[in-house]
Amino acid sequence: MKFGVIIFPGSNCDHDAYWTIQQVAKQPVTFLWHESHDLENCDAIIVPGGFAYGDYLRTGAIARFSPVMEAVGKFAVGGGLVLGICNGFQILCESGLLPGALMRNVGLKYVCKPVHVRVENADTPFTNVCREGEVLTIPIGHMEGNYFCDEATLHELRREQRIVFRYATSSGDIAPDANPNGSLDNIAGICNQGRNVLGMMPHPERYSEPELGGTDGFRIFQSLVGVMVER
Amino acid sequence: MTTVQISLITPELIREHGLTPEEYEKIKQLLCGREPTITELGIFSVMWSEHCSYKSSRVHLKRLPTRSRRVVQGPGENAGIIDIGDGWACAFKIESHNHPSFIEPFQGAATGVGGILRDIFTMGARPVAVMDSLRFGPITRSMGGTPATSTLDIPKNHSLLEGVVSGIASYGNCFGVPNLGGETKFEPCYSGNPLVNAFALGLVRKDQIFYARAAGEGNPVIYVGAKTGRDGIHGATMASEEFSEASEAKRPNVQVGDPFLEKLLLEACLEAMQSGAVIGIQDMGAAGLTCSTCEMGARGHVGIEIEMDRVPQRETGMSPYEIMLSESQERMLLVAQKGREHEVFRVFEKWGLDAVEVGRVTNDGKMRVLEHGAVVAEIPNEALTDDAPVYKRPLKRWEPPVPREMPAYIRFGEAGDLTGHLRRLLASPNICGKRWIWQQYDHMVQTNTVEAPGTGNAGVIRIKGSQRGLAMALDGNGRWCYLDPRLGAMHAVAEAARNVACAGATPAGATNCLNFGNPEKPQIMWQFSQVIDGMTRACEELEIPITGGNVSFYNETLGEGIYPTPVLAVVGILDDVHKALRPDFIEPGRAIVLLCGSEPGDATDAEAEFGSSEYAKEILGALWGYPPDLDLEKEAVLQKILIDMAQAGLLDSAHDCSEGGLVVTLAECGFARGLGMNIELSSQDLPAEFILFGEDASRVVVSCDPSNLPRIQEEAVKYGLSADSIGETASERVEIRLNGRLVVSAEIGKLRDEYECALEKALWADVETVTIA
Repeated sequence: MKFGVIIFPGSNCDHDAYWTIQQVAKQPVTFLWHESHDLENCDAIIVPGGFAYGDYLRTGAIARFSPVMEAVGKFAVGGGLVLGICNGFQILCESGLLPGALMRNVGLKYVCKPVHVRVENADTPFTNVCREGEVLTIPIGHMEGNYFCDEATLHELRREQRIVFRYATSSGDIAPDANPNGSLDNIAGICNQGRNVLGMMPHPERYSEPELGGTDGFRIFQSLVGVMVER
Repeated sequence: MTTVQISLITPELIREHGLTPEEYEKIKQLLCGREPTITELGIFSVMWSEHCSYKSSRVHLKRLPTRSRRVVQGPGENAGIIDIGDGWACAFKIESHNHPSFIEPFQGAATGVGGILRDIFTMGARPVAVMDSLRFGPITRSMGGTPATSTLDIPKNHSLLEGVVSGIASYGNCFGVPNLGGETKFEPCYSGNPLVNAFALGLVRKDQIFYARAAGEGNPVIYVGAKTGRDGIHGATMASEEFSEASEAKRPNVQVGDPFLEKLLLEACLEAMQSGAVIGIQDMGAAGLTCSTCEMGARGHVGIEIEMDRVPQRETGMSPYEIMLSESQERMLLVAQKGREHEVFRVFEKWGLDAVEVGRVTNDGKMRVLEHGAVVAEIPNEALTDDAPVYKRPLKRWEPPVPREMPAYIRFGEAGDLTGHLRRLLASPNICGKRWIWQQYDHMVQTNTVEAPGTGNAGVIRIKGSQRGLAMALDGNGRWCYLDPRLGAMHAVAEAARNVACAGATPAGATNCLNFGNPEKPQIMWQFSQVIDGMTRACEELEIPITGGNVSFYNETLGEGIYPTPVLAVVGILDDVHKALRPDFIEPGRAIVLLCGSEPGDATDAEAEFGSSEYAKEILGALWGYPPDLDLEKEAVLQKILIDMAQAGLLDSAHDCSEGGLVVTLAECGFARGLGMNIELSSQDLPAEFILFGEDASRVVVSCDPSNLPRIQEEAVKYGLSADSIGETASERVEIRLNGRLVVSAEIGKLRDEYECALEKALWADVETVTIA
């Protein structure tokens, strides 16, 4: 079992995810270059945060055309585990692996701070060590985190329980005040129908060690590792 | 030599290039009597500009202490370097980008960050932190002080602040370096002259440091990174003159940044360095290709010859003059080992960047510029560097136009309830929380941030793979330097170091950014000299070497100058980052102690010093007197015992008393966890305002387990400091008594809301509800 972390030109959370997997989760991990079609037999792929190709166009709009994303697409269709964090979430939406889009924050500014998210579905490979309704504290850091999709898609996401995280207050209320970016329905993370692809705006790797301020983010990695061991 | 361009160098042309007739005569002398070509004139103009040559400041800067057993590289390189143990070294520097940020706030500030980051990674160090020190004019009507500002400036100052902050955010966030905060202050004198000082710090293995030095005749000189355009031509010269109405027309002189390209350049440069094929490397910052070529040659005692036709260009028809003077961003010049060029080319190709051999190293000590094979400039390196003019400009003692004694109309009566004044101070622009600013900065990327901005003392990062950590803080108080430049500069050093010590770290090195008015005015030059004296004295006493920095003169618009504003960035080492101290009280029922290294002066002294406080400025709308007295010996001892106590695990928290005085500091300690406190103070026959809001130096509020109290007091007294137990932490209420009478009574949550939301309110931004308790 092995993790792969993609490097696009402009990725800047690639080393952070790598560190968390290698040093905190103690799992094998390798970097995957954006120009490569080869996922090197990895069992789970992390699409990390950052500014792929500079993101001067719409975020993720260029990254979706990269050779590595073509390979990730096939991998995902085959049931492979894919976790997109922040810019990675944006890329997964652009690639069509997840529905909807991430627009500019309503405040029009970049926001970096810890937020509370409520676990809406604990029955995914990414959240299986959490309880449904549990509130996690994980930092965000983005300019475009304002999730949007059409009525029908939102309906489908709800029906199929594919909304995995929603911004909440510390006590777990889904309140407008708790929404840092204007996201539709306070959505912070969603998964695909197969539950093997997750996109989330908060950065779990940033709250995976106590000295960094929190460890709730590590639950995502713990869940993944557990699933991979079983497989 | 043959010159291909025949030009008449007229006196007007010389003046337009910012050169004096005497300087022009010296140029001719250095060129063995001949006239310079137009390209050469441009080259001399930028290299001899104040910004590049330090011609007015050099004689004074020599006085600063620059050595210690930790210093690996002092001033003279792209950045200073100190040894931090375990085989690691850190490179750091602070630099101003004041002039460009005034003309074009977003790009000016963004390229300020870009420039300082290149200074760090050109040494082989990966940037792991940035911070900023910002100064703007008033953003609220209520701001008192002198001189009066037109309220018309307020919207302009809002947009400058917005532009600068988003420029810094945009560059740093995309590049992927955490911004650990810094400081932002507001004074009327910065209305036409905002200050943007950017600090960066990087980590490098001690045996893998790179220098900006060319060597080896025949070795290829390689240009890497962005293409050269016409932007930023004469940026260095622009930064070397005062502003007038015509400055708006200089907007094209401001460069445009591309943080994505810089991120690629970082990765490619570090990877190329790993190959072992790189001999020396320097970024192209101020004065662009000119500066990197002649400085690398001069440091290596060799010459460099470059061919203009090979320089990657993004515009057509650029002349050698324009190519040599362009300040296009995200470019580097490196010297590789002959025969191993392809290793360098391969790395840059991987990252999709230009890497072109533009010339070679020669043995004649000259910088030679060719166009189509013909020489258009040929200048000995020394003529541009060591032989640049050095001025010992006249000094004239200067007195600020403010009273030295407390004005008679100001009277302090019987102490009433001072809660209202505390709230006003907490919400004042200089003291209030700067969340609106630092939440726009990615302060967590790289997953090393142990102490984020907004928590008070210093930014703290861990060093992965080691127990160690680094703490860093930026400080400077222009108003104090205005009242007494020498004492004010001493405070800047002491406060930055104290902030680092409050985090439990040992101060190990510093970099300075010296922001002043026009050095051709003897009074300004006197302020500068005084500041250097004060800084020297404080750095010697606190054993903190200055490893480099930057001088920014000509911060004047229409003859209106800024307060002399030296900014100090102090870097400290934590042997165990897990022992880093925070300013926050941790639970109710803990003892609160005021560690103090300053003696209470008599009533007259206290009155004179109170005039420099934020209280005097905000509440009384007045400025008088002097900065607080500072005993550097006591300060050194205070810092030492703080670090010892942190190491020994005696303390829960430590927070430096600065703007707003003791009570503001106490409130700040309670904010993070919403803790109140019961405090008992005695007035020592002084007005209550002095005790609560006076800004005496060398004071730190610590909290601890009550059982540690005797040991802390014993330690402090042993070293001649006082350590009064002034109260204990409580659940929610802040109650402060003076001589037994209640003078402040409030809920900590209410105080925190006012503190946190004041800046947003002032900027009419949407006030976000605090969601993280």
